[in-house]
Parts: sequence; C-alpha cells; structure tokens
Amino acid sequence: MHAQQTVYMPIVIEVSGNGAVSGTNFRDGALMAIDEINASGGILKRKINAPVSDTQSNAAISRAQVQKAIDGDPYVILGPVFSGSVKVNMQLAQQAEVPQIVGAEAAEITQMGNPYVFRTSFGQQMSMPKMAAFVANGMKAKTVAFLWVNNDYGKGGRDVFFQEMKQRGIKIVADVSTESGQVDFAADIVKMKASNADVMFIYTNEEECARVLREARKQGVKQPIIGETNVISQKVIDLAGETAEGAKGHVGLTADAPIPAVQAFTQKFQKRYNYVPDHNGLKGYMGVYAVKYATEKLGKFDRKALAKSLHGMTITPKQEPGILIETTWDANGDVDRISFLVEVVKGRQKVVEILPKLGK
Amino acid sequence: MADFLQLLVAGIATGGIYALVAIGFVLLWQTSQTINFAQGEFVMLPAFLVLAAMRFLELSFAAALLVGFAASVLVLGVLFKRLVVDPILRHGVLPLVISTLGLAILFKEGVKEFYSAEAQGFPGVWPTTNLTVGGAVISAQSLVIIGVAVAAVGLLQYFLHATRTGRQMQATAQNPQLARVLGIPVERMILYTFLVNAALVALASFLVSPIYLAKFTNGELLGLAAFVAAIVGGFNQVRGAIVGGLLLGVADNLVAAYWSSQYRAAIPLFLLIVVILWRPQGLLGRAEERTV
Amino acid sequence: MSLLLFSVLVAAPFFLKPYGIYLLSLWVVMTIAAIGLNLTLGYAGQISLAQGAFVGIGAYAAALLTTTGWPLWSAFLLAIALSLAIGWLLGYPALRVQHHYLAFVTLAFATLVYLMLRNEEWLTKGVYGVPNIPRPTLLGWSTKAPIPFYFFCLGILALVSAGTWWLVRSPWGRAFTALRENALRADSLGVDTRRYTLMAFAFGSALGGVAGVLYAPLIQFIEPTVFNLNLSLSLLLMVMVGGSGYFLGPFLGAAVSVLLPEWARFGSDALYLILYAIAVMVLMAFCPSGLLGLSERVFKR
Repeated sequence: MHAQQTVYMPIVIEVSGNGAVSGTNFRDGALMAIDEINASGGILKRKINAPVSDTQSNAAISRAQVQKAIDGDPYVILGPVFSGSVKVNMQLAQQAEVPQIVGAEAAEITQMGNPYVFRTSFGQQMSMPKMAAFVANGMKAKTVAFLWVNNDYGKGGRDVFFQEMKQRGIKIVADVSTESGQVDFAADIVKMKASNADVMFIYTNEEECARVLREARKQGVKQPIIGETNVISQKVIDLAGETAEGAKGHVGLTADAPIPAVQAFTQKFQKRYNYVPDHNGLKGYMGVYAVKYATEKLGKFDRKALAKSLHGMTITPKQEPGILIETTWDANGDVDRISFLVEVVKGRQKVVEILPKLGK
Repeated sequence: MADFLQLLVAGIATGGIYALVAIGFVLLWQTSQTINFAQGEFVMLPAFLVLAAMRFLELSFAAALLVGFAASVLVLGVLFKRLVVDPILRHGVLPLVISTLGLAILFKEGVKEFYSAEAQGFPGVWPTTNLTVGGAVISAQSLVIIGVAVAAVGLLQYFLHATRTGRQMQATAQNPQLARVLGIPVERMILYTFLVNAALVALASFLVSPIYLAKFTNGELLGLAAFVAAIVGGFNQVRGAIVGGLLLGVADNLVAAYWSSQYRAAIPLFLLIVVILWRPQGLLGRAEERTV
Repeated sequence: MSLLLFSVLVAAPFFLKPYGIYLLSLWVVMTIAAIGLNLTLGYAGQISLAQGAFVGIGAYAAALLTTTGWPLWSAFLLAIALSLAIGWLLGYPALRVQHHYLAFVTLAFATLVYLMLRNEEWLTKGVYGVPNIPRPTLLGWSTKAPIPFYFFCLGILALVSAGTWWLVRSPWGRAFTALRENALRADSLGVDTRRYTLMAFAFGSALGGVAGVLYAPLIQFIEPTVFNLNLSLSLLLMVMVGGSGYFLGPFLGAAVSVLLPEWARFGSDALYLILYAIAVMVLMAFCPSGLLGLSERVFKR
C-alpha cells in the first residue's frame, strides 16, 4: 500500500532502558541520513517512511516491535543495537525475508547462517583479534587484567579475547566480572591492581567505564588502561573527565576519525542534536546509506535481491558519499573497513594509528 | 594487608551511605508503618533536582545544592507524606507497598523522560587527592563520606536523645497510642520523621553522585541495600540500621575482592535470609509482638 | 460474563495481524502467572516478590528440555514439580515472620535465581541465552504458526482457570480465605494454617512455572535478564491493579499491563509508564481492592 509512495523502513531500537545511550545515537544517526535522503528526492524517487519503536532494551518487547514492523511489510528493518534483542528477533526477520541492519556486536549473530542480518560495525570476532594484536605488539604486554560486564556483550568479548590471548601465550592474571549498572568498583579495582598486570583491559558499557576510570584514578592505578570502543568513546571521556587521560584502545568507528567526511558528519550531527555522537551514531547513518546505494544499484525495491547483493558488496565514498568510509560486507553479513588505534589526549580521542581492512 | 585496609575504608564509606539511607527507612517504619519501596529512588532524585536547578535556573553549584536540598525535603518529605502515605495508610501495609512501587516507577521514568536517560556528571565539593597510609591508597572522597556520615548520624542521635522534640519523636516511634495520651503532637512528630528521612536521602545523594554519576536507575541497587541493611541490623532500631549498613558495605567489598564477583550481589541476600530465619528481629532489634 | 470474554478470545486472532496475536498470547501467559500470584496474595494474603523467578524456572525447563529433543509435556511436569517443591520450601519463612519480611525473603530468592540462571553456564548457557526454542506439535497438529500457538496457550489458560475456579470454591480455598482474613482466628477454628500457607505458596508458584513453560516457546529465545526482579514486580502490580482476591482480577490486570499500552498511544512508552504509576497510586489511595473492587463499588450504588 504505502509502498506506492514511500519506502517503509521501521527503526526498532533501544530508546529507553540500559541500551538507551547506544540506541538513541543509532536512531539519531539513522534519522539524519533519512532526512537528508528524503530532502534530495528519496531512494529511486520514493521517500523513506521510518517510524521509531522502542524495545525498552527488553528482548520480549523487541520481538513484539519487530513483529509489528514485519506486519507492515517493511523493505528493511533498522536496529536493534542490543545483541540479546537481535538474537530474539533475527529469526522472525529471516522467516519474513526482511533484511535487518543491526548495531549488535556479539560474535555469534553472523555465525548462525542467517542471510538477512547485516552488521554496521565489527563483530567481536573481528575487533578482539585487533585488540589482541595491539596488546601483544603495541603494548608488549606479558600479562593482562580483564574487567568485563556480565552480560552477553561483555561475556562474548571476554571469551573471544581470552582465546586470542591463549594463542599468543599472554597470561590473564585477573578475570573480573561486574554487573551492568554497577556503581561501586572499589573491590574490582583492588583485585585488578593486586594482579600486577602489565595492562588493564576494561570491557563494559559506557557509564560503567567512566566509573571504573574514576575509581582507578582514585586508587592510583599506574598501569595503562585499554579498551575496545567504549572506554575511549567521547561519552566516557565527558563523564570521566581527566581520569580518562591516557586511556588507549581500538575503535572500529569513531566520530573523531581523521577523515574529512567523518568530521563533517560529526559537525552536522552535533549541530542538529546538540551532542557529540559515538560510534553508534555513525552506524545508524551509514546503515541507511548502504541500503540506499545497494537499492539504487539494483534499480528496484526487492528485499531478497537486496540481501543477496549486499553480501560481498564494497561501497566506497566515491560511489556513495554517505558511506563515509569504504566498507565491505562479507558473505556472513559482517563488515570490513579500516579501523583506528586511539588514545585520549586532552579530553579528545586522538588517532594514533590507522589499521587497514582485514580483507586487504 | 594494604589492600585489606583499602577495602575496609572503601567498604566503610559505602556502608556509611547505606546506613544513612537505612536510618530514614527505619524511622518511617517505626513512626508510621511505612515501608518505602521507593527509598532508592529517593536517593537518585535529589542529585537531579540540583542538576535541574543549575541547568534551568542557571544557579551556581552551591546555590543549586541548597535549592535541591530544600526541594527534596519538600517533595520527599512533606508531599510524600501528604499525597502518598496519608491517604493510603488506613488501608494497611500492602497497598502502601504497592503505591511506593508505583512511586519508584514514577520517579525513574519521570527523570528519564524529562531530564535525561544518560548518566550525568555531578560536581564534587571536595578535592580528589589521595592519602597513602602504609602502602594503602585512601581517597579523600572516602574519608569525606565517612566524616559526613558520622557527623550526620551523631547529630541525629543528639537530636533524638537530647532535645525535647527528639524525645517526643522517639516516644511516638515506640508507642503512638501512649504518646498521644501523654499529649505529644503525634501527627507533627510523624511529619518530622518524614522530613528527617528526606534530609538524609538528599545528603546521601549529594555524597554518592560525584562518584556514581547521576542516573535514573541508580536507586535500584541503593534501595535494595538499604532494605537489607535495615533488616539485618534490626527493623526497629536506628542503631541497627547503622550496624547493618556498615556490615553490608564491608562484606560486599571483601567478598567481591576475595571470593566471587559473579555472585557478589548474592551476599547481602544470603545475609538477609540467614538473619530472617535465625533472628528475625535483626542483630540489634527487639522482637515485635504480633498484633491480632 | 466469562462466557462472553471467552468467545471474544476465541474470535480475536482471526481479526488480528501476527503482531496482535503475539501480544494476545503474551497476555495469556502473563495472565496465568498472575492467576498463580493471585492465589498466594489475593486468597492467602502472602506477598511474594518471586513469581517472576518461577516463570524463569518454567521457561528454562522448557527451553533446555525441548531444545534437546524432549517433548513439551515433560517440561510441564518438571516445571510444576520444581515450582511446587521450591514454593513449598519458600513458604517456610512465611510461617516464622511477618508479611513484610516475607516480601524480602522472596525478593532475595528471586535475585538468587536470576544470578544462578546467569552464572551457571554449564546448565543454562548463561548470558548467551537459549535460542531456537521449538513450538510443540500436539497429536500431529503443529503450533508453529501464531494462531495455533495462541490457541494452545488459550487452552492451557482455560484449564488453569477451571482448576483455580474449583480450588477457591473447595474447602481448601475457603480455608485460604479464612487465613487471609485472620490467621489467628483461622488457627483457633482448627484450620491448619501452616499447611495452607505452604500450599498457597506452592500452588501459586506452580502456576508461575506453567506460565514460564509457555513463555519459552512463545518468544523462542530466552535469556536471564527477562526474569529479573522487574518481572516479579510487574506481576505484583498486575494482580493489585486488577483486584487481588477477585477471580477475574489477574485477567484484567494483565490486560492493563500488556494490551492497554498498545491501544492507548501516549506518544511514548515512558509517558505511559508515568501515567500507569500515577494511576496505581491513585487506585491504592481510593480503592486498594483494584479495578474490580472499584467497579463493584460503583455498581452497588
């Protein structure tokens, strides 16, 4: 029905609950891309219609919302970001043959043979090896203390990282599990400190990262603190203040990437929403543009064909400026693109090194 | 050993916060049989009142702190009693429990909807320097928290025992009927306990928010800790709440460091079940007679 | 009244899209859990904050058994047996302490169950959750599609309702009520309060387990966080809002919590929750016996 005039692309995302920060970023990035595309005539002359529904960061509700989206005969579903929520409903989208552009990073999502699920950022099975290489070669560490949040995101990252460490012969001397929403990290930091590890790896959600950094500073931790994406995100830097100085790590995407297109995006975003986006803002934005490019290349709206053509597709900023950074989707729906090693200097992410695409 | 000392100080600081929150909880129960399931959210809210005063009224931090404190006492003390507790209390304990559950949702969702879902930084009023004592690093923050908590509890005890109003409040808590016969203005005394509770939670809020960051979900853990502290120490004793709070704070830190951090959240609950089965009146509590 | 409700429920899915049928199925499952809690709370007068944990126990029994090839009815057996036994044990503190302490004992238990579901990965698959939970095939009739599964849930709800209807009218049920009205008097009248309190807990918990066994194949993926304290609290609110101690209370309370947010669009879910919270507080102030108590009062005038 509405397919005559518009393209139905519902956004099912975490607007409230634990995932609200990531979800809001993803939503705002996606909406910005959609408004831009609509202002310039839409996809194949059709405007995008993208209502937002809230999963409340709850798996059962996310399933309901995705079911509702599917009932409306969507072209593509955008979101969610939480791995648990994606795992609940990716089967539904698969049965309905609707491509789903998700923000989740849990390793197993792209390993279940679902041809309709596409990531917008690295899965843990790609980002953690990069971290492991950084720990072994960049930091020359022999021992690591690892603090993680005990949910599917934290546990998933921990399990992949530990495997990598084992292969490289690096010892994990402290393995500290924390709660989502935990506020008091005194005991955890004591444990980390007592392990005398060469580096401390923090793998939790943003706010907890900020609290850990503050507590570590409070207890006078001397070791370098490293992390994957969250610890060095702008949100954590803002919350942790000067205690974030010197934190290092790997980010798949960063709003501070030394790439003019990304910086222009960050400025546009900040002007519109009045806050600095994290990598989820970029994920939502690029996800929408990937759909636009692939659809225009097909020349028609065909969900199955879209899913098929996205596998193995490489999009460069020359072909589609909105993609910002050259990105490849592999046969599983995983993304490959350049990534960054960064360090927090004077309250900003500073890119120390650009890591090449894995496939090259 | 240095680690142990460090954990002990951190645990006492956390425990001090639990104690502040638990004392108010116990006072409300004693004078009006109010079980406040929103007590945790009561600690979450004052920080946001301060932040809102800074953001919307453009006040300095010091002025906002005062405004936030006054607003907390008004909302969490006076309005809570008048609008929530008074109309429901005659229906019994259960409807009041349900109603405070509703209040907890209201505060949480309200802050999220009208302020922000994201954690907010909260200015600290003290330096972030550290002292080193025999190899243990002890932060000024912990010492300030302990100091303020001790001062607040001391002041409260002095007020309850050495002033006329305080003694009247105690009499009301122990036996409202008798107090009424003795000519004590029971209604006013009950209102005072609500004000004291509001002041204590506001204080706790200002102490923890610079470390914990202000977030709408912060009350969930604190509220639970305060319940457990109150029950473990003794539901009808201010002293019990203090002991329970400290015990919980120290036990939590030691267990997380030396035993299992995965089951850390279970410790207070084990403690709770053991105390309830073995000594239901709490470690320092008196047994309550069951009324027919 | 009940007959009308039943015919609406049978006809409804034919007018709804899969999303509506899913919500309606979720309502059926939550209603069963709330009926159980209503037995404990409404009829026996004991506060339980652990009903969500029993739903979790049932859901995990179903998920772990059916994904390894066992039929769903074996999950029903296991879940009911486990919940009955644990519910009975959990009732013991109720014999020793006053009602508000009991709230905390059950609260502690609910949190312990959540921690176990999360940490004991060898058994429950931990934080990763259990995916691909199959829906049952009954006598060659597959319930894989939304409508058949809905009718399967509705059938169980009908059985549960009939069972509870009989129970609250039996001598057992009347003893429950005597217990709630005045435990000491019931005692002196020769009602064995110990046994009945434990039984109220055990039966109520078992229905939580039954709801869980349906929940797992409905969502088809479960993970521990769903069964944390919030589920217990929202079940408690359902029972109180509908009207505790009323037979139809749980049906109504679950509808307010699961179905109403969908029909009444307030712009955002947070706003709905805020209004819900205020409504609960107003209801408790003016009519603690819930919506059914309120309508009873209105009709009597």
